[in-house]
Amino acid sequence: MNEGFLNNLWNALQLILAWDTELVRIVGLSLFVSGAAVLIAALFAIPLGTFLGLKNSKWVRYISKIIYTFMGLPPVVAGLVVFLLLSKSGPLGILELLWTPWAMIIAQVMLALPIITGLTMTAIKSKDQAIGKTALTLGASKYQAALAVIREARIAIISAIVAGLGRVIAEVGAVMMVGGNIQGKTRVMTTAIVLETRKGNFEMALSLGIILLVLAFIINSILMTIQGEKDY
Amino acid sequence: MIELKNIVKSYGEKEVLNIESLKISRGKICGIMGPSGAGKSTLLRIINGLEKPTSGSIYFDGKKVSFPPELSLRRRMTMVFQKPVLFSTTVYNNVIYGLKVRGRENRQKVLQAIEFVGLKGMEKRNALSLSGGEAQRIALARAIVLEPELLLLDEPTANLDPANVEIIENLLLELNSKKNTTILIVTHNIFQAKRISEEVVFMKNGFVIEKGPTNKVFSRPSASQTAAFIKGEMIF
Ligand SMILES: Nc1ncnc2c1ncn2[C@@H]1O[C@H](COP(=O)(O)OP(=O)(O)OP(=O)(O)O)[C@@H](O)[C@H]1O
Ligand SMILES: [Mg+2]
Repeated sequence: MNEGFLNNLWNALQLILAWDTELVRIVGLSLFVSGAAVLIAALFAIPLGTFLGLKNSKWVRYISKIIYTFMGLPPVVAGLVVFLLLSKSGPLGILELLWTPWAMIIAQVMLALPIITGLTMTAIKSKDQAIGKTALTLGASKYQAALAVIREARIAIISAIVAGLGRVIAEVGAVMMVGGNIQGKTRVMTTAIVLETRKGNFEMALSLGIILLVLAFIINSILMTIQGEKDY
Repeated sequence: MIELKNIVKSYGEKEVLNIESLKISRGKICGIMGPSGAGKSTLLRIINGLEKPTSGSIYFDGKKVSFPPELSLRRRMTMVFQKPVLFSTTVYNNVIYGLKVRGRENRQKVLQAIEFVGLKGMEKRNALSLSGGEAQRIALARAIVLEPELLLLDEPTANLDPANVEIIENLLLELNSKKNTTILIVTHNIFQAKRISEEVVFMKNGFVIEKGPTNKVFSRPSASQTAAFIKGEMIF
């Protein structure tokens, strides 16, 4: 048993080092789907989070609570919703996006959006009072003051994006439900690990696991470096 | 230049400011004194338009100020906070900020302002790596570079050594005499008030207890609370 594991590990490493075509394709698609999802999510989440962070009305507090709740949205639930939207009989069925990488991107946007929005909002809020007032007293217009606050929160906002990436690249539920783990088309690292493990193909599963772990490590290192910079 | 009428400011139930009437005339340096919690910083924030008074009105050159004040009016004054906040960028970018938002960037003036506060050569330093006293002086440079008509200073020399205090005081006197800048300065230091301000306002518990020419208030205070405060400050 023990020997078997070491054997598998050894073979897994060889697969990685051999730059296995299938392996490369899977990792590439993973990075593409999650990267695109995070970029699209950031495009909406950063302005939204900034707006919510700067406003302080009853409504905003209410919306904030909802966003914080959705930060913990289970991936399978996001997958289910997107599945229902995109399935043949669903409202967006006509687009025929189900079982494509686009469906996976949409599902992951749903997961990344609340995280990036929520973290941006918190970042902006923490800077708003002191920085916003300083800018105002120096003669900034409301708009210029908001820009100063964003600039000041930039590191935290980048951290928010990286955190979103860390979350979506490691999730399996959503991409499985709307992508379907189709070989050469929608198979990404996490879904491949599930499949290969089930098939008893531990070498492939382990090599993907190792790559995922390394990616997570890199993402976290970036995050920590960025956040370390904050407190000089 | 500035007139307050029946200004009240409350935070929740707590009333922290209650000023029936206060007039500051143009071209004066006016010291604001009083014990901790008297409402000095709150007064400055209200004049600066950063906070809305609970009730009452403010007049700038006889014209009633709305809330928030018009941008053009806000740009005629500026304030240096008790705990100044610098932007996380270079010293130079900090000092030029107010000119930039006005579309009036002027490198020469920025460098001059930095020199005035005794920090020549620090332009490229990261503002967040400055010491407390350096940061305070950069915050002051960032304000004076704007040549405001009204300068609101909240204990601007609290973190400085005597040599730097002198530099700053001279700078303020010069600004006042050359540009006719009206300066409202909160200070805990009676000697500082004596050195630079023609008038002092003594505050306590949100009220203006006494206002008058500095010499008179210090030598013959009309309120017993002012007298007690002065006596206390002279001892320590
Ligand atoms: N945002 C706020 N919310 C609640 N209370 C406040 C707030 N800001 C100020 N206060 C209270 O208002 C009172 C006056 O505060 P202020 O900062 O104006 O005093 P100060 O005279 O400047 O004191 P110090 O000399 O210690 O700086 C204090 O009791 C303070 O606790
Ligand atoms: Mg104060």
